[in-house]
Formats: sequence, C-alpha cells, structure tokens
Amino acid sequence: MTTFLNIFWLGTKELRSFLRDYTLLGLVIYSFSFAIIAQSQSSTQEVVNASVGIVDEDHSQLSGHIARAFLPPYFQTPEPVQERDIVPLMNAGRYTFILDIPPYFERDVLAGRRPALQLNVDATAMIQAGLGATYATQIISTEIERFITQTDTVPAPLINLVVRIAFNPNAQTAWFNSVMGILNSITMLAIVLAGAAVVREREHGTMDHLLVMPVTPFEIAMSKIWANSLVILIATGLSCYFVVRGVLQVPIAGSIPLFLFGSALYLYFTTAIGIYLGTVARSMPQLGLLFLLVFLPLMLLSGSNTPLESMPDWLAKIMRFSPAAHFVSFSQAILYRGAGFEVVWRDFVFVAFAGAVFLVLAMLRFRRMVAAVQ
Amino acid sequence: MTGGTIAALREVTQRYGKAVALDRVTLDIPNGCIVGLIGPDGVGKSSLLSIVAGARRVQQGKATVLGGDIADKAHRVAIYPQVAYMPQGLGKNLYPDLSIRENIEYFGRLFGQGKAERDARIADLLASTGLTPFADRPAKKLSGGMKQKLGLCCALIHDPDLLILDEPTTGVDPLSRRQFWDLIDRIKARRPNISVLVATAYMEEAQRFDFLVAMNDGKVVATGTPEALKHQSGTATIEEAFIALLPEADRSGRVALTIPPRPNLDGGEPVIVARDLTCRFGDFTAVDHVSFKIERGEIFGFLGSNGCGKTTTMKMLTGLLPPTEGEALLFGQPLEAGDLQARMRVGYMSQAFSLYTELTVRQNLDLHARLFHLKPADARARIADLIARFGLEEHVDQRAEDLPLGIRQRLSLAVAIVHRPEMLILDEPTSGVDPVARDRFWELLIGLSRNEGVTIFVSTHFMNEAERCDRISLMHSGRVLATDTPAGLVARRGAASLEEAFIAYLEEATKAQTTQEVDVVAPPPPVAHAAPARGFSLLRLTACTIRETLELLRDPIRLGFALFGTAFLLLVFGFGISTDVNELKFAVLDHDRSHESRAYLEEVRGSAYFVEKPPLADYAEMDRRLASGEIDCAIEIPPGFGRNIARGRPTEVAAWLDGARPFVAQTIRGYLQGMHLLYLADPAVAMNPSAEKAPARVEVRLKYNQNFESVYAMVPSTMSMMLALFPAILMALAIVREKELGSITNLYVTPVTRLEFLLGKQVPYIGLALVNFFILFLMALFVFQVPLKGSFLTLLLATVIYVTATTGYGMLISAFASTQIAALFGTAILTVLPATMFSGMLVPVSSLTGLGRVLGRLFPMSYYLPVSLGAFTKGLGFADLGTNLLILTLFVPVLWSLSLMLLRKQER
Repeated sequence: MTTFLNIFWLGTKELRSFLRDYTLLGLVIYSFSFAIIAQSQSSTQEVVNASVGIVDEDHSQLSGHIARAFLPPYFQTPEPVQERDIVPLMNAGRYTFILDIPPYFERDVLAGRRPALQLNVDATAMIQAGLGATYATQIISTEIERFITQTDTVPAPLINLVVRIAFNPNAQTAWFNSVMGILNSITMLAIVLAGAAVVREREHGTMDHLLVMPVTPFEIAMSKIWANSLVILIATGLSCYFVVRGVLQVPIAGSIPLFLFGSALYLYFTTAIGIYLGTVARSMPQLGLLFLLVFLPLMLLSGSNTPLESMPDWLAKIMRFSPAAHFVSFSQAILYRGAGFEVVWRDFVFVAFAGAVFLVLAMLRFRRMVAAVQ
Repeated sequence: MTGGTIAALREVTQRYGKAVALDRVTLDIPNGCIVGLIGPDGVGKSSLLSIVAGARRVQQGKATVLGGDIADKAHRVAIYPQVAYMPQGLGKNLYPDLSIRENIEYFGRLFGQGKAERDARIADLLASTGLTPFADRPAKKLSGGMKQKLGLCCALIHDPDLLILDEPTTGVDPLSRRQFWDLIDRIKARRPNISVLVATAYMEEAQRFDFLVAMNDGKVVATGTPEALKHQSGTATIEEAFIALLPEADRSGRVALTIPPRPNLDGGEPVIVARDLTCRFGDFTAVDHVSFKIERGEIFGFLGSNGCGKTTTMKMLTGLLPPTEGEALLFGQPLEAGDLQARMRVGYMSQAFSLYTELTVRQNLDLHARLFHLKPADARARIADLIARFGLEEHVDQRAEDLPLGIRQRLSLAVAIVHRPEMLILDEPTSGVDPVARDRFWELLIGLSRNEGVTIFVSTHFMNEAERCDRISLMHSGRVLATDTPAGLVARRGAASLEEAFIAYLEEATKAQTTQEVDVVAPPPPVAHAAPARGFSLLRLTACTIRETLELLRDPIRLGFALFGTAFLLLVFGFGISTDVNELKFAVLDHDRSHESRAYLEEVRGSAYFVEKPPLADYAEMDRRLASGEIDCAIEIPPGFGRNIARGRPTEVAAWLDGARPFVAQTIRGYLQGMHLLYLADPAVAMNPSAEKAPARVEVRLKYNQNFESVYAMVPSTMSMMLALFPAILMALAIVREKELGSITNLYVTPVTRLEFLLGKQVPYIGLALVNFFILFLMALFVFQVPLKGSFLTLLLATVIYVTATTGYGMLISAFASTQIAALFGTAILTVLPATMFSGMLVPVSSLTGLGRVLGRLFPMSYYLPVSLGAFTKGLGFADLGTNLLILTLFVPVLWSLSLMLLRKQER
C-alpha cells in the first residue's frame, strides 16, 4: 500500500515536470499528429504512386491504350520519354519503371508475330520493383488481350482464381502506415522520455535526494514508468481517434480500448528499457547514441516496415523475442482484423514479461549508477 | 595610466523575465586597482560583471569599458584581447577532460598566439602558480584550489588590462584562498597597470581590496575604500558594515546569533559512529579512514574545501554509497542500503538542490510529507507550522525555481525536516547564500538542535559557520586532520582564529606536496597586443577543432558507440532487412478432396515461397486463423471441383488473404496468380485446349541488380542512414552541452567568432563520420560482397559533403536548443523519420506525396542515397550524379547560415 502511494505521488511529480517543458510537449504532439499523417501518405510496403516513363516508338492505338492503362493509385500517369534518355533517367532514379514500346508493335501484334516490349525496372527500389513489375506485366497483357478481343474472342478459362483480401479489401497502405507510425512514435518517445528522465534527475542531483528518502529504487522507476507511459498513452488514444480515424479516415475494425491496453503493456516495456539505458549512460550524448543503437533495430526490424517473414532465419528467430514485433503483430490483429483478447493474450503476456526483465535489470543498475556519479 | 575609470555604467537596467537583476545602476570603476564587488547572492553582481566583460547584452542604459561603448560590436572586438573574464562557478569555463596545459593552450590559440609565444607564456604562468608538476593532469581531477589557479592562468594567457573574476574563491579551502590572493597581489606587482574587478561572497576578503562596491537588490548601496565604508557605518568589520548599509527592511529579524549551551542530554550511545570509513573510486581514494562519533543533539561540522571528501563521507552515512572499507553505525545499528526504517529518522539536504524546482513551495512540502507517510491531518498541521516558522508564507504558491537562493535554502531545510527526523545531514547548505540569510538559516538549525534535540551533521567551507558548531572536523584530501571544539582547535595550534588554525593544519598536512610557487624574476613576456585577426582566423578555428577532438578522444565510450554501433547496425540491417517475401503460411479448405484438387494444390505446395499449415475444417476456423495471423492465406477448393473439370464445366477456386499487411497480401496475390497460370498452362493438366499463346511478350529487364538481391540495395541505403543519424546526433549535443555546462562563456568573451567556433567544432565530427564511412565501406566490400561498380572518388566527395550537411543538421538543432534533452529529443524526432521513411530507403523518393515528400526533400539523405546506390550498384560516376552533389552542396551554406543566425555571440 505504501509502495503504491509512493509510486503514485512520485509519478504526479513526473507529470508536473513534463507538462512544464513545452519543447518536449510540442515534440510529442508533432510525433502523434504530423508525423503520423506524413507516414500514412508514404507507402513502405506496396506499389503506390510508382513513377513510370514510356518510350512510345509505335504511336499506335494499342500503345496509347497501354499508356493509359497505368492508373493511380498504383502508378503515376506515365510520362513520355525519349529512347536515348532511358539510361540517364534510370541512373538518376527519376523513374522506377520505363516501358519501351518498339516501332510497329501494334502491327506485329495483329500479325501474330508476338513482338516483345521492354520494361526497364530499377531493381534498387526493392519493394516497388518486384511487385510493380508483376503488376505492369499484367496490365500490359490485359490491355493487349482487350485490344485483340475487339476482333477475336477468347473463351473464359476453365478454372478461375478469385482472390479476396480480408480485413483490408483494397490493400490500402494508409491504414497500415498510420498505425505503424503510431508504433514508431510510441517506441521512440517512451525510450527517450524515460531515459532522459533518469539522466536529468541524476544531472540535477535530485536522484541522490530521492534515494535517501524512504522510497525504493523500484518505486522511483515505477513512478517514471507510469507517468511517462500515461502521457504517451493519452497521446496514442487521441491520435487513434482524431488523427487515424478522424483526419485519415481509416476504418478501425477492432476495439481501440483493447489496443490501448496492449499499448500500455508495451509502454511498460519501452519505458523500462529507457530507464535501463538511463542508468547505463553516463551523459546525455551517450544516451543519445545508446538510444539509436536500441531504437533503430527495434523499429526497423519489428515487422512494421518490412515483413518479418522476409528476414533471414536466424534474425527472424531473434526478432521473435522482440516485444516490438509482438506489439506490431497484436496491433495488426486488433485494429485490422478485429481480433479479441482471446487471440492476442499471448502477445500481451510476452510483452509484459519482457518489460519485467528490463525493469529488474534497471533495478540492478540503479545503485551502481549512483556510485558511478562520483 | 592609473587614475580615471576603466569602466563606467550609466542607468543600466537588466531584467530576466519578471526578475530585475540590475536596477538603473550608475557606477564608475576606477582604473588600475583591485575593485571588489560585495553583496549577497542574486543581487546582480554577476550580471554587472558579465556586462562589463561583454558577455551579456546591455538591455537598457549605457556601459563604457576601456573607453568605448560595450554595446558597440566593433569596440567589443577591439577590446577582447584586453579583457579576461572568469565566470562564476569553479572551473566553469574550463574543459574537464583536457589537461592543464591543453586548457591554457586552447585559450592561447584563441588569442592568436603562435607556438613559441604560447609555450613561453604557459611555462611562465605554470611556474608562477605552482602548477608545473601537474601540467598533464585533466582539469576534472584537480582540487578546487588548483582549478581556480588554472582558471586564472587561462584568463592571464593574453596579458589582459582588465581582469574580471566572478567569485573566484567560493568553495575553496582557506589555504588555497590565501594563496590565490597572494598570487593576484604578485601579478598586480608585476603589472601595476592591470585592473582587477572581483566579486566575492567572503566579506573577510573584501578587506584586501583597494575599492569596494556594495550591492543589494540590483542597486549599488555604497562605494569607497574598505576604510571609508567601515568609517561610514561606524563598524569594525566589512561584514558588519555591509549589514549596516542595508535598508532597514532587509535587516529585520537580524539578531546577534547566540548559541545556548548544549544541555547535557546524556543520551548514552552516539547517534552516528564512523569507523575507518574509506571510499575508493578506482585508484583514487576519496575518503581515507575517517572516524568520528556524533552525540545526540550535537551540531557537528565538517570543514574543508570542495572535493576533500565531505560529500562522499556524507553519502556513505546516508547509505547512498557503500563504503569500500570500514563501517558506519546509525542509532547504534549498522547502516544497510535499502533500510527504509532508518531513513524515516534521517533528514538529508544534498549540496545540489534537493528540490524539484518546477514544483511550488507547497507542492514540494506536500510531496515529501506524502513520501514520508504523514497522516493527512498531521501533514497539514506540520506543513502549516513549517511555513510559518520558516517565513515562507508569501512564497507558498511560487515555484521553487523562482525563489531567491536564501528562501530556497530555507525551503530545502523545511522539506528535509517535514517528517521530524532525529538526525539531519546537511551538505554545504549555505553555499552561495548571503550573510543575513545564512544567519537566519543557522537560527533555525540551532533551534532544532537545542529545542528539539535533533542531531545535526553539517558541512561547510565558511569559517564563521564552523565556529557555531559544537565540534568540527577539519578535512583535507579525504582525511580528517583534527577534530575538536572550535575553541579547542584554535587553542591547540595557538592560533589567533579558526582560519589561522585550519591553515596551520593544512600547511602541516600538505608540506610534503607543497606547490612551489616561484616568483618569476624574469620580466613578463613582451606585451604584444597585436590586434586580433579581424574576420576569419584559421588559427582560432583550429583551436576549437583541437579542443573538440581531444574531448571526443577522451570519451572512448562515445567514440566506440559511434564507430562500432554503426558497424553493428549495418550488419543487422544489411542481412536483416530484406524484401523477399517467403515462408508464407497457407492452409487449405478442400471441400472436394479429389485427385484434381490435390493436383491443383500441388502447385502451391511445391512452391518455395509457401509453407503449409494443417488444413481447415470450415469457414469459422478459417476466419479465426486468419484473424490471429496464424496463416497468411487460405485456399478454398469448392465441392465438385474435380467432377467439373472432368466435364469441362467452369469452376472457381477462392483464395483468402490477410490484408493487414498490404505488401504481403499483394505479393501473395501475385504468386498465386502466377501459379494458377502455370497450372493452366501445364500440358499434363491438358484441360484447357483453347489455351493459346500470348499475343505479345513483356521482357522485364531488372536493371542494376539482376538477381534482385536485397543486399545490393540495403547496404548502400543503410550506410546512408547511418551517416545521417549518427553524425547528426553526435553534433547535436556539442554546442548545447557547452551552453548547459557554462563553457559557452568563452565564445562570448574571446575573439573567436561564431563561424570559427561552429566550423571548428564541426570538423572533428566530420572526421569521425569519415572514419565511420571507411569502416562501413570496407564492410560493404568484404563482408557483404557488394562490389563498387562506379566511381570511388565521386562517392568519397559526396560523402564528405554529405556528412558536412548531416553534422550541420545537428549543429542547427544544437544552436537552437537550450537543453541537452531538447536537442537529443529534437534530433531523434527530426532525423529518424525522414531518414527511414522519406529519403528513399524503403520507398523511392519519386513515389512520395504530401508531407512526407516535403520532409524528404528537406533532408540531405534524399540526395545522398542516389549517389551511394549509384556508385555501388548502378556503376555511375560524377557525370551522372552531378545534380545530386550540387543539391547536397547547397545544404551546407544554408545550414551554416541558419546556425549562425541562431547562435548568439552575447548572452541575453
């Protein structure tokens, strides 16, 4: 009971100091509004808005059809390009795809000569290149088919494959990215806020003061965890309702309260990491570097930016222990697939457990940290 | 040129927010003598000194220094070489990681001295201050007295005409203090023309000065020689004279402090017992076999200089630090870390403020009452009592950071005793507090001791406070020199005063290591006041570079993180981030279970991309397993599939994909459609007789990366990201750190220009980033086997420009931010997102829209990534990448200009 009260009262102090710091407040607001919107507008995992150039040496009806078949949202409207510019334009990364339609293409198609057209793909744009090439090929084939069927009819194939995409029928990325943006912000802010709270307290000498009072390091750490988590949790909730649902019009299938409950568990883990890093770093510059070393892998390898399945086996195995990956996985389950508690509780338990591990590590470092101040 | 004034202030007013630091001050400071500024803390002494030094902007009024208006920039530049300024706070403008020699060299370079002149001057200064044997010791390992001498050396390196010292002796032991003033006297003797302007909190020192300026509450109360001041007020000492000069209101409540004798409590066992307490940090012994006993109700003092081990001893007694050797007993019990019961009986006031400055007086008291579990009713009464007793009524709702120092000190004490402890441990509670406030504070302490029987263990460096203790221990270099009543100590040494006695003990203790201060007989080096190079000076820039480089090299942890951290991340991302989608989990809902359905599914099962999970029984199971993410895809074969095919009737296969990850869903769709076509075209199936050849072929040419391997794209991309984030975050703390720690003052008062300062500091980080680049480059070649197909020189040139731009990004944030936290936070938020999302690492820049596009365009990585990819994977050279290089280059002057605009050459 006294522990609980101590944690509560110490936490109110954390909240008060946070609310006084307008710079931090401003950055938190930015992270949960503009940063989310910016991320929802960029697509990391699919073909959206791919840039296409077209060299039309045929100038026929068919080549015109093909050019017009590249439509948003997958592709930008193709821009006409000269044949001699293909290489420099590709080199400059101006276009990801350049389609080259040879002279007399339409004539050769109609004559059944099976001419070839060339699709140049910038294969350094990994995600767009692979998928986009498949799409482009399909678009071109369909268009040629359609052109021919004006005169000739093709019987429907015997077996038809109907693909239905569940939960996100148009496979839109704005949905995906906005929520992944929230995840990134949560991870970043929780680590920095909690870590800086420890380093700041130490630099201002108030840590000593706390440690000679009848409060335990556990209570000090827990107070920082709940106060900083609460701030971020509120920001997350507001962001879900007003930014993701309101501004970005993303339909959320599942229960936001359940997602927030999961976020709270994840925050417990990330703030615990922050506190641990705060006890390891001796100065703010060191904290900054430590933060990058921990945050970047946590974020880039969580599955929010590239799929976990595509990682090499050894790394995928390691990342299975990353609470960030669990967080991404249960967030997707709840928000897109409408999964309930019975589906995600294992992830919840794992994240909570990881938080406890780092809390214990941070506790072990706490007193040594005070000694190291000298 | 003695006679006349060296500086004159007319109606100078200075405000910080609502607080008025200087209130229409008009003052003439005589030339060629030692002028002392005396007065309590926070009355505007420091503001006045920093204005005269040119470090702070004059808000209102006019200040003339050395014959010109200090607000005039040209005049300031002209007089930098004639003025030296040592700001308040021991060694605050020094660089703790640099050695004594390196610190002085830095200042010498700033003033444009060549090596020969510098060396001669340094040798002279070190010899005359007795620092020669310690020339290679880092400043952070110096004692208070040595730091202060080093500060003086740095100030004197350029032979100034006006030496401004802000509380140079605060917190220094009396012997060092005496030596310091002797040193000043010798300097004065050697250079009679030098004017010294000094602020001090020790009234007894004021006696030595030629001319005094007494200040109170932002105003000058009196000026004159010490004799004149004493005569004017009819008092015997300067301290009394000063108090007599104060307005009536400020003197109220001042009574001659009397200490009632300690009642013989006969408390039996002592409250605190220390036996051979020893504390070592590495090979440094901070506290060396300290033993003492403190009885109930006693006021026990620790007297000693900064860094002599007082604080460490106190920390051991509070359980904050475990002793290396020896033991401490509190209330007869061995001290155990984490013993919460014992803590309830102890109150502690640490040297740094033990207050939350962002909370109000009442909030601070409330918080502590709650942490000590006072019952609400009891807490209310107790807090009301403390507020009344400590005179905090009018400040109850003010935030602690807005309180004057003296009031803050009282609040600290109130907070420390809110739970009625039996024992108080106070670490230099009155440091920096004016005499009146100190007396009030001691009244409270004496009341606690005599009326409530509270045992008080207090450390101080003020002699008159030590005299008020029942017993004191003299401490020096971690050892207790002597313990007795103040009168007893004086008697034992046969000295005239406690200070004399302490000095006698100190001299005895330090005899072995006495610093030999040589009065250099040789004439001072020729005073060559060569006007400082106006405009840009490479020498001063180099000075900043050398210093920053040394500091960077002295922090191996930071260096290690920066170099090996990036290497580690490149390994992880280079191998880890891959866009090849495989191991897709699928399950089958086969209503048909015929030969044909198995043949169809064989296409999927045989694929390297798919992994089969146990089959599905019904739609409910399909929904559940898709929702839980257990499978990515379900394939449903309708009833009668085989029969329909056999009879040539059209039929449909359905595939259900998890759309939560659009990229994966789209990839699966592509794979399935491909397999479907393969199945249809398979001659073995031969059930599609009309299948005709496609009318045209699409030749897909994967340029640059024929095998479509992630590593060729990921490694150059990750390198770009590392070289954006790490240099930026390293640089971001470089300037703001100086702002927070105080050494930024050197920018304000030396001839170094802002441009030299910024560029000089940037160079080492550019160098570090280039080392980093070479490590990453070699890893790309040999670990990842990514060959460099294009021009190395182009890549190198682009990298140099790029890291200049990314460090410039950090520099801009650093120039803008006022605290390290804000800088760290800001850099993280403003660089990580553009670097990972909007610079082409995962999404081509040409596909970005909206806000992301803007953020990406404003970030240098957008222009370096194509160069890195181009040089590695596309085999490009300068001709192809020229545009990107040009845009990258544009970032540099823009970032420099913005940083220059945000960095001020004077404090507001």
